[in-house]
Amino acid sequence: MPTTDDRPGLIEARPVRHPGRWVALAVIIVLVAMLISSFITNDRWGFSTAAEIMNQTPVLEGLWKGTIVGTIGAMLIGVVGGVIVAILRLSHNPVLRGVSFVYTWFFRGIPRLVLLAMIGSGIGFLYANLDFGIPFGKQLASLMGLSSDFTFFTLDVNQFSSSLLAGIIGLGLSEAAYMAEIARAGILSVDKGQNEAAAALGMNRGQAMRRIVLPQAMRVIVPPTGNETIAMVKDTSLLSAIPIITELFYQTRAIGTRTLQIMPSFVAVTAWYLLVGSVLMVGQYFLEKRFGRGFGTGAPNKRFARPAGAGGA
Amino acid sequence: MSDTTTSEPTSEPTTGPDARSRTGEDRPLVRALNVLKSFHGNEVLKGIDLDVHRGEVVCLLGPSGSGKTTFLRCINQLEQIDGGRIWVDGDLVGFRDDGGQLYHLTDKQVAAQRRDIGMVFQRFNLFPHMTALENVMEAPVQVRGTGKKQAKARALELLEQVGLGDKPNAYPAQLSGGQQQRVAIARALAMDPKLMLFDEPTSALDPELVGEVLRVMRELADQGMTMIVVTHEMGFARDVADHVVFMDGGVVVEEGKPKDVISNPQHERTKAFLKRMRSEHDEAAADAESLETPKP
Repeated sequence: MPTTDDRPGLIEARPVRHPGRWVALAVIIVLVAMLISSFITNDRWGFSTAAEIMNQTPVLEGLWKGTIVGTIGAMLIGVVGGVIVAILRLSHNPVLRGVSFVYTWFFRGIPRLVLLAMIGSGIGFLYANLDFGIPFGKQLASLMGLSSDFTFFTLDVNQFSSSLLAGIIGLGLSEAAYMAEIARAGILSVDKGQNEAAAALGMNRGQAMRRIVLPQAMRVIVPPTGNETIAMVKDTSLLSAIPIITELFYQTRAIGTRTLQIMPSFVAVTAWYLLVGSVLMVGQYFLEKRFGRGFGTGAPNKRFARPAGAGGA
Repeated sequence: MSDTTTSEPTSEPTTGPDARSRTGEDRPLVRALNVLKSFHGNEVLKGIDLDVHRGEVVCLLGPSGSGKTTFLRCINQLEQIDGGRIWVDGDLVGFRDDGGQLYHLTDKQVAAQRRDIGMVFQRFNLFPHMTALENVMEAPVQVRGTGKKQAKARALELLEQVGLGDKPNAYPAQLSGGQQQRVAIARALAMDPKLMLFDEPTSALDPELVGEVLRVMRELADQGMTMIVVTHEMGFARDVADHVVFMDGGVVVEEGKPKDVISNPQHERTKAFLKRMRSEHDEAAADAESLETPKP
């Protein structure tokens, strides 16, 4: 509104034009139209068949056991193990530091596919039964003429190693090596003053880590962990190397091969992976909000907003 | 420097040179003898001696890099000393003295020694993921094992005392610098310390927020708290301190009653430092005056 005063009034400036945006939009519309036309006119996509395949019982079972349970289990082991390995890595004890380094070196160095194949067939071949007892227990017992061989617990490896649990442990151990690096970065990102404040209050190193440092490190740890989780959803397809057949991709492809509906089966499995990934992205958003409390402008309680004019240092 | 040799074997290992004044009420709460500290070959403390008695407020003054903050951090073992001895309330800090042979304390023992010493940092170091109330409750609950209910009541009392009774649920990011520092003081007080260390508590604050923090510290001094304060606030040192220590280059240059050291310094280095501080202060005052002068 123009004012009679000669002092400048409200600004009514024209925005900068963005012709590039319109060109990009036009190009994308054409490409999307081409894609949609191919969806409609090319029967080989077989979307209705894909939807049917998605709802087959073996596929759903594979989705539940292999993908969802597998992801949750492997990530639980991965996150807990990773934090432990990271804390060992930052320990004052040189032996523990070394253990942590070797762990990360080993599990980060071998492909998950190889690791799982090895767990599935290799370990059972090497150790048909795993005995938990005193080292050289059998030899000791025969030396002492005892009937006991100092074995407390025996595990049938061949039976165990082809189970879903073995696959989850394999993926989890591998994941822990990656999570350790993420957790270490998170722990190191916390200001040194936080540790000093905790120490000055008389907290020991464990308390300071658990109560003060880790909760703040979570802010840095959560976003890449979300990434790792989504990657893990996809890596559960490697469980078929064990071999575990209650697994999403294995089941879907089996149906596709049997019914000669190869492409629809790929569409079906893609749709499932995208769906699970989307749900995880929503979950990640809420987790980031939770662990970001007390930081930045997203502060939860607006009633205590900083008084006007009082600048914080 | 005291003529007590630090290697002198004592019959009472934990008390050291304090033994002779043990029966007296005047045993200092903090005694530092010939404290030495280097960082990577760079000598920061070159033999500091200091006695702080119960209820006393001691201000450490001096230019930056003079070692005053390092010395303060040595008292509660955020830095480990290389030489000399520090005793707090008769306990040798950081070591166990067994017939003249020193043994490092375990992490647990170090933590136990820090429990009774409160510390306030230049950068506040509040726990950002906890509210003001949770910050103050944290140490009593986790370290002393105080019940939550009791700790909460005490924390609210302390927040009231520092003038923040209305903001228990605010996160540090929602508080001004002065408010954060007052929460930090309440947090340290929650452990009922017998000694409070202040490391330039107002240096990170906007000028208009300095007063509220100094006021809380002044009240604390009036209540008889033993305090060691590293500060550049000459007014506070002059009005509140019982004893001021001027440090430069890792040594104590001059110490005594505030009115003697600040108003009538003997040493050239003290004079130069105080002159510099005064001119800065005058400039600031002049600025303030010119702002307050009404415009024509």
